[in-house]
Amino acid sequence: MNAPKASFTPRRLVAAMLTAGTLAGAGQALADDPIKVGILHSLSGTMAISETVLKDTVEMLIEQQNEQGGLLGRELEAVVVDPASNWPLFAERARELLAQEEVDVVFGNWTSVSRKAVLPVFEELNGLLFYPVQYEGEESSENVFYTGAAPNQQSIPAVNYLHDQVGVERWVLAGTDYVFPRTTNRILEAYLQDEFGVADEDIMVNYTPFGHSDWQNIVSDIRRFGSEGKKTAVVSTINGDANVPFYTELANQGVDAADIPVVAFSVGEQELTGIDTAPLVGHLAAWNYFMSVDTDENYDFIDAWIDYTGDEEAVTNDPMEAHYIGFNMWAEAVRKAGTTDVDAVKDAIIGVTVPNLTGGYAAMMPNHHITKPVLIGEIQDNGQFDIVWQTPSTVAGDAWSDYLPGSRDLIADWRAPMRCGNFNVSTGSCGGSTAAEEAEAALAE
Amino acid sequence: MRNFPWPWPTLAEAGRCHAQWRARRWPQTLLLALLMLILPPAIAHAQDAERDTAALELLEALDVDSFPAKGEAIDAIVASEDDRARYWLQSLLDGRLQRADDGRFVVVLDNTGRDWPVEDALSGEALGEMSRRELDRIGINNALRNQLRIAIAVVDLYAADLELRRASAERLLGEVDAELAEPIAAVIEEESDSRVRQRLTLALAIHRLEQGEVEAVETLQGSLHSRVRVALNRAASSDDPLLAAAAQEAVNSIEQNLRINRGLETLYFGLSLGSVLVLAAIGLAITFGVMGVINMAHGELIMLGAYTTWAMQQLLPGQPGLALILAIPAGFMVAALAGIAIERGVIQFLKGRPLETLLATFGISLILQQLVRTAISPQNRTVVTPEWMSGSLVVNDALSLTLNRMYVLGFTLVVFAALMLIMRRTRLGLEVRAVTQNRAMARSMGIRATRVDIMTFALGSGVAGLAGVALSQLTNVGPNLGQNYIIDSFMVVVFGGVGNLWGTLVAGLSLGVINQILEPWAGAVLAKIIVLVFIILFIQKRPRGLFPQKGRAAEG
Repeated sequence: MNAPKASFTPRRLVAAMLTAGTLAGAGQALADDPIKVGILHSLSGTMAISETVLKDTVEMLIEQQNEQGGLLGRELEAVVVDPASNWPLFAERARELLAQEEVDVVFGNWTSVSRKAVLPVFEELNGLLFYPVQYEGEESSENVFYTGAAPNQQSIPAVNYLHDQVGVERWVLAGTDYVFPRTTNRILEAYLQDEFGVADEDIMVNYTPFGHSDWQNIVSDIRRFGSEGKKTAVVSTINGDANVPFYTELANQGVDAADIPVVAFSVGEQELTGIDTAPLVGHLAAWNYFMSVDTDENYDFIDAWIDYTGDEEAVTNDPMEAHYIGFNMWAEAVRKAGTTDVDAVKDAIIGVTVPNLTGGYAAMMPNHHITKPVLIGEIQDNGQFDIVWQTPSTVAGDAWSDYLPGSRDLIADWRAPMRCGNFNVSTGSCGGSTAAEEAEAALAE
Repeated sequence: MRNFPWPWPTLAEAGRCHAQWRARRWPQTLLLALLMLILPPAIAHAQDAERDTAALELLEALDVDSFPAKGEAIDAIVASEDDRARYWLQSLLDGRLQRADDGRFVVVLDNTGRDWPVEDALSGEALGEMSRRELDRIGINNALRNQLRIAIAVVDLYAADLELRRASAERLLGEVDAELAEPIAAVIEEESDSRVRQRLTLALAIHRLEQGEVEAVETLQGSLHSRVRVALNRAASSDDPLLAAAAQEAVNSIEQNLRINRGLETLYFGLSLGSVLVLAAIGLAITFGVMGVINMAHGELIMLGAYTTWAMQQLLPGQPGLALILAIPAGFMVAALAGIAIERGVIQFLKGRPLETLLATFGISLILQQLVRTAISPQNRTVVTPEWMSGSLVVNDALSLTLNRMYVLGFTLVVFAALMLIMRRTRLGLEVRAVTQNRAMARSMGIRATRVDIMTFALGSGVAGLAGVALSQLTNVGPNLGQNYIIDSFMVVVFGGVGNLWGTLVAGLSLGVINQILEPWAGAVLAKIIVLVFIILFIQKRPRGLFPQKGRAAEG
C-alpha cells in the first residue's frame, strides 16, 4: 500500500521525451512495424476451460493499449497460438513464437508442467514470459516473470487464517497428482508441523488424477477424518474440472462448510460457473483478487471485460488480474527502457510499480515475483466470493520456500551484479542450474 | 403486513418453560386479537413506531465490518422479545437480509437476475424491485452461520411443523449446554414425535455425559452419530475410572458396528462406480462385442447424449427434472442417428478391416469433439441436477447413500434388462445373433444383413447416448467427456468377455467394487493402476475374458 504512486517523475518525463525523439529520428519504418505480443494459452483440451479467457484478456489489454496510441508510438499486435493442453506442444509453440514470429513478449501457460516444458526454450532463445497463475515456487528464471502467487502469497496465509481464525486442528491436504499440488502440500506439511506442531495423524494427504470424477470414497474418508472431535479443514489443490464432481459429492454427502470447510487454491469464479453453488456456501478460496472486490479499478475492469466479451454474465478471476498487472508492468518497462529489447526490458522492469485491481499497487521484485495482497473469500450462492479476511498489506512473492530443506537458504536476485536465480546465502555462491537440481532432488526425497 | 408464522414464541421465551406456553398460547392470541380491535389505532401506531425503533437499532448493529461484533448483534436479536427475530435470523443466514442505499433494511425475496423483488425487513411491506447495485448484503462467515443455525434450531423446537422440529433436534445434537439442558428436558416431555424425542434425548445425554454422569452412557449406547462417538471417546479418557470404563465399552461396540457400515458403504460405492462403467461399456458391448466393430468414437456418442441433456434443459428452463426425463429418449435418438451416420458413412466401407476402422473412428471422435467445441463452447456446460436427485438417503447415522448415484445404478439395471430383452426376445435380437454367428448363412436365410448392421449399430450408439444422459448427472459435460470413458469401456468389455452382455455387467460391477476397496489404502491413482495391471494379467491367463463365448460362433 505504501508503494510509490507517481509514475511520472521529471526524470522519466525527460526519458520519455528523449525516447520519442529517438523514435522520430529512427524514421517512420519503426512506427509501421508493430510490436508483437505472443499469447501461449490452450484453446482446446482439458485446460481450455481456464485458459481461453486469459487469451481473451490479453487481447483485450492489447486492444485498449492500441486505443491509447500503442506503445513507443507503435501498434501492438497479438500472435495467438494454441498448444492444446499438450505439454510438449507448449515447447514447440513457444519456439514458434520466439524463433519464427519473433515476438517481443509472451503471455501464457497455466499448469506448472507446461511452464516447465517451455522454460528451456525461453532461456535458450532469450524470450520474455509472463506467467499469470499461482504456482508452487521453487523456481526463478531470468526469462520468466511470475505474476501469480508464490506459496507464501496464497497457501501459507490461508493456512494461517484457518489455524488462527477458525481454530482448525486437523488437516486434509487433497490435490491433483502433479507438480503444483505435490510441492505445495510438501511445503504445507512442513509448515504445519514446524509452526503449529501438528501431529502426523492429524494430517491426511490425498492425490487424485486429472479429471477425476468418482469422489465417493475420498469424500467419505474426509467426513470420517473430520468427525473425530477436532476441527478439521480441507486444503484443496485439486485443479481443473475435477472440482465440479468433488464439490457435488461434498454437497450430496452433506459435508457442510460450517463443519468441515474446504479452502481451495485453484477454484475461482470461472470454475464455479459450472456448479450450483447453493450447497457450497461458506467453503473458502484463497486468492489475490476476487471479482467481488469493491474498488473503482475493479468495476472498470469488469465493465471493460463485459463489453469486450459481450456477455452480461462474464466473470473475472485472479489469473486475469495477474495478466492485467503483468501487461501493464511490461508496458511500463518498455516505456522506461525505450525499447522492446528483451535484455533492456528485463533490467527496466525490476522495481516497476503499477496499480492492481484491489486498490493497491503491485511492484516487480528482483526475484521476478510481485507484491500482492492475500484475500480469503467464502463462496456465496451466486457463484461469487465474499471476502472474510485479508492481509493488512501486500506480501512480496518468495521464489524459494523457507520451509523446505533444499530451498531454505536460496534467494533469487536478477539485478546486476548478482544476476542469479538461486543464490545460496549460506555458501555465498550462485548455484546455477545445479542448485535448482539439488532443490528438486531434496523435494523428491 | 407480512404473514409471520404465528403462533410464534420470541427467542427469549423459547428458552422458558414450554408446557406453560403451550397451554397459554390460544388465550393469548385471542386476547391480542381482541386488544387490537379495542385499542384505538393511534396507540397501536405509537407502539409500532417504538417497537420499530428498537428493531432498527438491533438490525443496525448487524451492519458492521467485524464478525465478532456481528455475533454480538445476533445475540442481542436472540435476546430481544421481537417476534420477527426468527425471520431476520433466517434471512441473514440465507444472505437475503440487505441494506438499501437509503438505509432501510430489506429482505430480498428472489436474488436471480439483475433486479430483485424486496420487502421491508421491519414492516414486511413489499417494496417492489431494487437493483443489486442499490443493495448491500450483510455478510456472514462460517462461525456466524453456525451461531445462527443453532439460534434458529432453539426456536424451531417449538414449531408446529414437524419437519422443522426434526431438523432442529438434529442440529442441536452435540450443541446442548447447561443453559439449554433444562428447556430441552421440558420439550422432551411434551414432544409427540418419537424421532424428535430420541434425538433430543441423545443430545441431552451427551450433555450429561460431559457433566460426568455414568448413566448417560447407557442412553448413548449403540448410537452411530459422530458427535456421540466423540463425546464417548472423550469420556473414555476421563479421570473417573467408572465412567472411563463404561464409555470405553460403549465405544468398542460402536466401532464394531461402524466397521460393518463402512463395509456396506464401500460396497455401495463400488456398485455405483461399477454401474457407471457398465453403462458406458454396454453400448460398446453391442457394437464391439456383438458386431466386432472397434468404434473409437463410442465416447463421443456418450458425450452427445450428455449434451442432449444440456440442450433439453436449455429448452425447458426451470424444469430440470422434466428435461432430464425427456432427455432419455432424446439422448437415445440423437446418439442412434449419429451412430447410423457413422455406420453408413464410414464403417460399412471398412468391413473386416479392424485397424482401418479403428483409425477412421478415432478420426471421427476428434471431429465430433471439435464440432462441439466450435459449435457450442470449449468450456464445460452446466447440467442442473433436479431436486429429487440431490442429497442422500439416510439409512442410519453412519451410512447414507447418495441419491444421484442410486438413480444411476437403477437406471443401469433397467437399461441392461431392456437390452437383454431385445437381444433374447425380439426378432431384431434373433437376427443380430444370426448375422454375427454366420453372416453368409443368415443372408441365405433371407435376413437383410445390411439392415441388421444398421439397426445393431444404432442400438449400441443409442445406449451410449443413454449413458451420456446418466453421466451428465455425475461428471462434467464438456468436449472431453467421452475420452475419459473410452478406455474404461474397452477394458470392461474385454474383461467381461467379448460378445457377452452378462460378462459386461459382472465385469463392470466387480471392477467398480475392486477399485473402491483398493482406493482407501492405495489412493485413487494407484488403485487405477493396480486394476489395469490386474486386467492385463487376467487377459494373459484367459484371453477371452470372464465369460468367453463358446461353440462355433466363438471361432468366427
